Amino acid sequence: MRLKGILKAYELSGGKPEDLTSKDIGSMIVEGNKILSSNIVEGILIEKEETETGVKVKIVVGKGQRIKKPIHLCFGVLPKEGLQEIISEIIVEENASADIKACCTFPNARKVKHVMDAKFILERNSSLSYQETHFHGHYGGIEVIPKAKMMVNENSALKTIFSLVTGRVGKLDIDYEVDAKKNSTTEILTKVYGKSTDKIKIREGVRLNGENARSVIKSRIAVKDNAVSEITNITEGNAPYTQGHVDCTEIVRGKAISRAIPIVSVTNEKAKVTHEAAIGTVNKKELETLMAHGLERDKAVDMIIEGILR
Amino acid sequence: MLTVKDLRLERDKREILHGIDLEVKKGEIHAVLGPNGAGKSSLAYALMGCRGYEPIAGKIIFNDVDITNLSITERAKLGITLAWQEPARFEGLTVNDYLSLGKKNDVKEALEMVNLNPERYLNRFIETLSGGERKRVELASIVTLKPKLAILDEPDSGIDFISLNDLLELMIKLKNDTTILLITHNEAVAAISDKATMLCDGYIVKDGTPSEVTKYFRDICRRCPSEKYSKVRLKHET
Repeated sequence: MRLKGILKAYELSGGKPEDLTSKDIGSMIVEGNKILSSNIVEGILIEKEETETGVKVKIVVGKGQRIKKPIHLCFGVLPKEGLQEIISEIIVEENASADIKACCTFPNARKVKHVMDAKFILERNSSLSYQETHFHGHYGGIEVIPKAKMMVNENSALKTIFSLVTGRVGKLDIDYEVDAKKNSTTEILTKVYGKSTDKIKIREGVRLNGENARSVIKSRIAVKDNAVSEITNITEGNAPYTQGHVDCTEIVRGKAISRAIPIVSVTNEKAKVTHEAAIGTVNKKELETLMAHGLERDKAVDMIIEGILR
Repeated sequence: MLTVKDLRLERDKREILHGIDLEVKKGEIHAVLGPNGAGKSSLAYALMGCRGYEPIAGKIIFNDVDITNLSITERAKLGITLAWQEPARFEGLTVNDYLSLGKKNDVKEALEMVNLNPERYLNRFIETLSGGERKRVELASIVTLKPKLAILDEPDSGIDFISLNDLLELMIKLKNDTTILLITHNEAVAAISDKATMLCDGYIVKDGTPSEVTKYFRDICRRCPSEKYSKVRLKHET
């Protein structure tokens, strides 16, 4: 019953249920504090434990393993009220690579709290793509607090995408911190659409601590009605030839309020960090171009927002 | 089809179009020529109804409808569209998404008409295209939209020299369904038009055939000694 419910919720949030049930794909489904299913494929190890309020999970991608199909994870709370605390550790061992797609779905949330405390370790010459898609339903009664500490070791590549663009956000408080070592690359992309009384707080920091480490933090945020957002993007260039870039676009409609705080610092004379931030209404030329194709103003604005959150 | 009567436009508290009168007939290509800063693009934006380009006086009549106070969308629904000199970048929008807006013609055929391979370009994001490619997509959107009146602002800018003939051929093909108001400073482009108007410092200084107007452009305007075009105009008038 619970499994059926979560698969339906997963589908509603844009996922394909067969990705969570296929025997060829590494996966795990958690509802509240119950592990409903898990499937291990060659090259990965999943250690899991139910706790009083959630689960503890450790995923290890073994040394030299290149996992071809994405690993699918689904965390959800189906009742209107509840608490879910996920303590997770993802380790990608030397010369390994994996693509993880995580879905967090709370379709009926009226008073739900979802906390994630994650640790990512990318060992030398490894790569990880981690995509987290959220669906919080239409009531706004949810608080989501994802915290992650990520270590990207020498010659490794990390890419994260956090997406919460359909339904309500509720209260979101993201805190990501990356320690980037020599020759590593880090890309962080966050896309959130806040509506009604949603509150969005995002803090993403990359410390480029190893020579020639590179990073991009990209935030695409839209807020409308009375929603509020505050985005803090931090990049530090602490080693020679490090290069970091912060790119933040926030579109504000109605009585919504948006704030962008780029913090860029360089402690090495051979490092370079840049930032660009644009907050406000949609681009005038884009808007007028779509209107010149016959779209009403509001529809044109929606289309531009959908584009930047795509 | 399009009649502009005594149109005056102000930007930054300065009048930049001074009583423009223009008559564009159905089925023709009408070129508006002029040097940089003459007010050609401002005229295009005013005709399309862009924000900040609302006239302070005058009228714009399209197919017997006074469109002076209509929004861009309302004008578009009447069959007017504008191809910008520097098309928008549109983050997250594919070529197919863009060309499918209000389409009346096939998207793939439109791309082929502007020499872009549909296989390669249909699913490309517009933001990843070069300036010249975006310009071609903008022209393809005129093909898919099939408007009654297309205002083409400098359609040749950013398009390589080899492609100029293709562009001219495209405009001649477009002419079958669409009347074209062609904003340009390129004589070769203007040469395909049926009628031309010379704009200088916000004044219309010459109307006529393309050859008459381009001759005027070559012989008089290019020798204009300073930026004080309005003085030149007064001199010509007297």
